[in-house]
Formats: sequence, C-alpha cells, structure tokens
Amino acid sequence: MAGYVVKRLIQAIVLLKCVMIIVFLLLHMTGDPVVVMLDTDATHEDIEYMRKLMGFDKPLHVQYWRFLQNALQGNFGESIEHGESAMGLVLEHFPATIEMAVGAFAFAVLIGIPFGCLAAFKEGSAYDKGCVGVTVLMQAVPDFWLAIMFIMFFSVILGILPSFGRGSWQHFIMPAFAASTYHLARLARLMRSQMLEVLRQDYITTARAKGLSEKIVLMVHALKNSSIPIVTVMGLDLGILLGGTVIIEVVFAWPGVGRLVVDSIANRDFPIVQAAVFLLASGFVLINLAVDLVYAYLDPRISYE
Amino acid sequence: MREQALAIQEPMELEALPERPKIWASLWKDKSALLGCVILLSVVVMAVFAPLLAPMDPQAQLLDRNLKPPMWSDGQQIYLLGTDHLGRDFLSRLIYGARISLLVGFFAVLLTGCFGLCVGLVAGYFGGKVDFLLMRLVDLVLSFPFILLALATIAIVGPSLVVLILVMSMRIWVIYARVVRGEVLTLREQEFVQAARSIGGSHLRIIARHILPNVLAPVIIIASLYLGRMIIIEAGLSFLGLGVPPPTPTWGGLLSDGKVHLYTSWWVVTLPGLAITVTVLGANLVGDWLRNVLDPRLKSL
Repeated sequence: MAGYVVKRLIQAIVLLKCVMIIVFLLLHMTGDPVVVMLDTDATHEDIEYMRKLMGFDKPLHVQYWRFLQNALQGNFGESIEHGESAMGLVLEHFPATIEMAVGAFAFAVLIGIPFGCLAAFKEGSAYDKGCVGVTVLMQAVPDFWLAIMFIMFFSVILGILPSFGRGSWQHFIMPAFAASTYHLARLARLMRSQMLEVLRQDYITTARAKGLSEKIVLMVHALKNSSIPIVTVMGLDLGILLGGTVIIEVVFAWPGVGRLVVDSIANRDFPIVQAAVFLLASGFVLINLAVDLVYAYLDPRISYE
Repeated sequence: MREQALAIQEPMELEALPERPKIWASLWKDKSALLGCVILLSVVVMAVFAPLLAPMDPQAQLLDRNLKPPMWSDGQQIYLLGTDHLGRDFLSRLIYGARISLLVGFFAVLLTGCFGLCVGLVAGYFGGKVDFLLMRLVDLVLSFPFILLALATIAIVGPSLVVLILVMSMRIWVIYARVVRGEVLTLREQEFVQAARSIGGSHLRIIARHILPNVLAPVIIIASLYLGRMIIIEAGLSFLGLGVPPPTPTWGGLLSDGKVHLYTSWWVVTLPGLAITVTVLGANLVGDWLRNVLDPRLKSL
C-alpha cells in the first residue's frame, strides 16, 4: 500500500510538471505570443515594446525557466485588463465555480443514485421504464440549452427564480441543476445496470436464502458491492464539473472561473487564461489522486497490480 | 489433437461478432434503436440535401421582417418557423445548421477513432516502456479541463472548421486508446495470436489480421456513443462564439444569437436546442443499441 501511494504521488508530480509545460506553450502555439496578445491594430513599435516587456525576446528555454519559477510561487503575471495578479483574480472567482460544481455533483449523486437503484429493484416496471426514458433524454439535452429553457420558464413566464447572478439558493438552483443533468443521468443509468448485475450474483441468492430481510439484502449486500465502479465515475464527474461548467456560468452570468476565462479571452487577457487552466488542471490531478487512493483503500487488490 | 484444437478455436472466433442478419433482426425488434436510426438518417438526409430542402436562402436578410413568429401563431404564410433577428428564414437556417453539426461530429469521431485505435493497439500489443509512456500521455490529456483548454486554443489559433474538429479531437481519442489497449492486452495472450506468432507472423501482420478485427466492435461503439457528445460540444463552442464563424448557420450559433431575444421570441431559443436534442437522442439510441448488440460489457461508456 505504501509503495502504491508513493508511486501515485510521483505520477501526480510528473503530471503537474507536464501541465506547467502545456500552460506555458499555450501562448506559443501560433509561433508569436505577442501578436496573440495584442489587437490587430497594434503598431510595429507596440509589438516590439511588448516583446521586450514580457521577455518574449529571450530564448524559449530561458522564458520557460522564468515562467516555471514564477508559476511555482503562484505568479502568472498581471492581468492586462485589470492590472491585478492573474492568479489572485482566478482564486477570487474560484469559490463560485466550486459552489456550482459541488452543487451539481450533489444533485447528480443524491438524485441519480437512488433513482438508479430503485429502477434496478423494480426492473421491468413502469417506473423502471420511465426512469430509463427520462435518463436517455437527459443525456441528449445540451445543458446550456436546458439552462436557457429554465430561464424562460421559471424566470420569464413564472417569474419565481432570478435569471442571473449569485447569492441566495434561488440563484443557485437552476445553474446547478442544469450543470448536473448529463452527470445525473449517467450516474443513474450506471447505477441501475451495476445493481442489476450484482443482484444476479450468487451471494445475493445466498443472503436471501439465509433468511435475511430484503431490506438488508438490498441495502447492505447489493448496494455496497455495486458501489466501487460508481466511485470512479463520481470522481471523474467532480473533476469534469470543476472545469466544465463554463457555458452554464456564461448563461447565468455566474461569477466563476469559467466566465472569467471567457471574458478574458474576449479581452485577449491571456495571463488569466493560463492561471485558470493551471489551477483547474492541478485541481483535477489532485482529485484523481484522491479517488485512486480511496479506491485502493476500498479494494486492496488494486494496489498490488 | 491439433484438429481438435482448431475445431474449438473456430466457433469462438465466429461468436465474437454476431452475424449480420442477427444485427438487423435485433434492430427491427428494438423499437428505440429503430427510432434512433430513423432520426439520425433523417438528419443526415436533411444536411446533405439542405439546398433542395430549405425553402429560402439561409443568408438572405430582410430587416423589416425580423423576429416574425412561426406560421401557426402569426397567420402569415411565408415563414414556416418564423425569422431571426436579421429577418432570415429560421427553418432554412436550422436545416443548414445540421451540416456543421454533423460534419464536425462525424469527422471528430472518425479522426479520434483512428488515432485512439492506433495508440491503443501499439500500447497494448508492445507493452513495456511504449505502453507506459503512451498511458501517461493519456493521463495527461485526461487531467486537463477540456472545455477551458479548447476555448484557449481556439481563441489563440482563431476559429475555423478545421481548428474546431482538431480541438474537439484532442480529448476523445484517449477513450478509444484506453478501451482498445485493455482489449489488446487480453487478446495478445490468446491462442490464435500465439499461434500466429509461432508460425512467424510479423507484428504488423498479427496486429492487422488477428488483433484489429477483434477490437473494431468497441471502436464502433465508442464512436457512436460519442457522436452525440461531439455535437453538443460543438454547439457549446459555437454558442460561445468560438465555433465556425458567422454567417454560416450553426445550431449553437443560432442559440447564441437568439439568447438576447429570449424575452420576446421563444422560437429563436427553443427550436435550435430541440434540433440538437433530437439529433443527439438519435445518435445515443443508435449507440446504445450497437453496444447491446456488439459488446454489452462496455456499459460504463
């Protein structure tokens, strides 16, 4: 187990280093970062001045070294638009993104898993068929369009929920639910098929034959054994939600990292983009690490592979 | 002894893929799969024959006729599904919009399929250091917040159809690579592969003749299951203004244009989303059916 933990830690550190390199190279993709950062009407002098100012006139490895030293201290340069530290601005917007991601994750888990289990317990019933139908539809709906439809129905027609901003639970419920739809449906479907498979196993028959109550058979034996693959998917979902609610944030004018990035792209404010990609990618690496360690704890066979 | 071994081997290989008549029969039996096929085929036909089907030029603007509601709620007989904010026929724009969605979706899925398949085959077959390095690359790709990276890339390189397809392919290939690698790992220990190796088959021949046919099923399944995701991602990027640039109509672009008029004109925000939903539903139903028929184990995809 200790060996496995060390191995996963080293892998995570190497991954983070690669994340650094890619974030650094982002601006160099077209060959000239200065042209990317400036407007099309910039003069030749502007470009040269900017090149000197940002250190883009130095060799690439020198630039990378400087970038790395700064980045390790959380310094991704200053926002061109706001004049503040880029990482500081991203961190300022981070709680809103976490709030939405965790909210959407909670919706997905708290609704998806019980509904998936119930559908499996009542396989073939009208409820099961309804559940499958609804989840299939939910996986096909683009979440940002659903968000717009929510606004149209709850804000414009009924006028009971605010259509943008952040603050109260009324602000929170539509964006979080819209962001969760795909994940909710996927978790429910996976839970259902996983549970169906477990219910067919011999140890369930044995448990029933022993005379255990149906409640204990389902809740203890079936639920526990079907949960391991679900944990993996849940970990992935949380990571995806952290970096993937961009469009929902834009639709609801939610003051999170995603909207900050979209605005920064419009302003060609790339230090913010770099800082945001770095922060979310590192967060994702750490979540994956945590999931793997939890997984190894739940199923000790993993660490011996 | 040898004949017996061959006799056992043969039916196993045949069972790997159900025969064709069985596939079609199961399609007829599975009504939701049939619905999916009908939807997907209709959208493809709509996209291919857009110039014949669209009642008007999707770019023609008539500013004095902007935001006209659909025919049934207005009484006028000109615009079946109304007009957008520049007075362009909405039905024609929806029909043309299918082109970009399907084009990007199919190409992204095809490109990632080929690339992911190759990576998975090489990693699984050769194992060792090659496998280790390729799988770390997969981890790296998986550890990036995809949408943010896609936004940044498109913003830096500039939006176009090719950039869009390439950016969307960055992420999905790893899913093929992982699944294919897993399949190859078990396949390469099988007797028919060992046998091919023992009679001196080259690596290329073994991969092409013996391994490849056996991993095609998961590739087809992933491709069909991710077609819908691709269409949604393309719509999302277009919605943010990072898709194929205007005036080319795209479903995501229509939504983004329509969002401002949400309070007055329901059709400009409702219809493009419905078009996306129905198309993705068709693709997903076909994907689910292919998975159930070809390889039910892949349920977590």
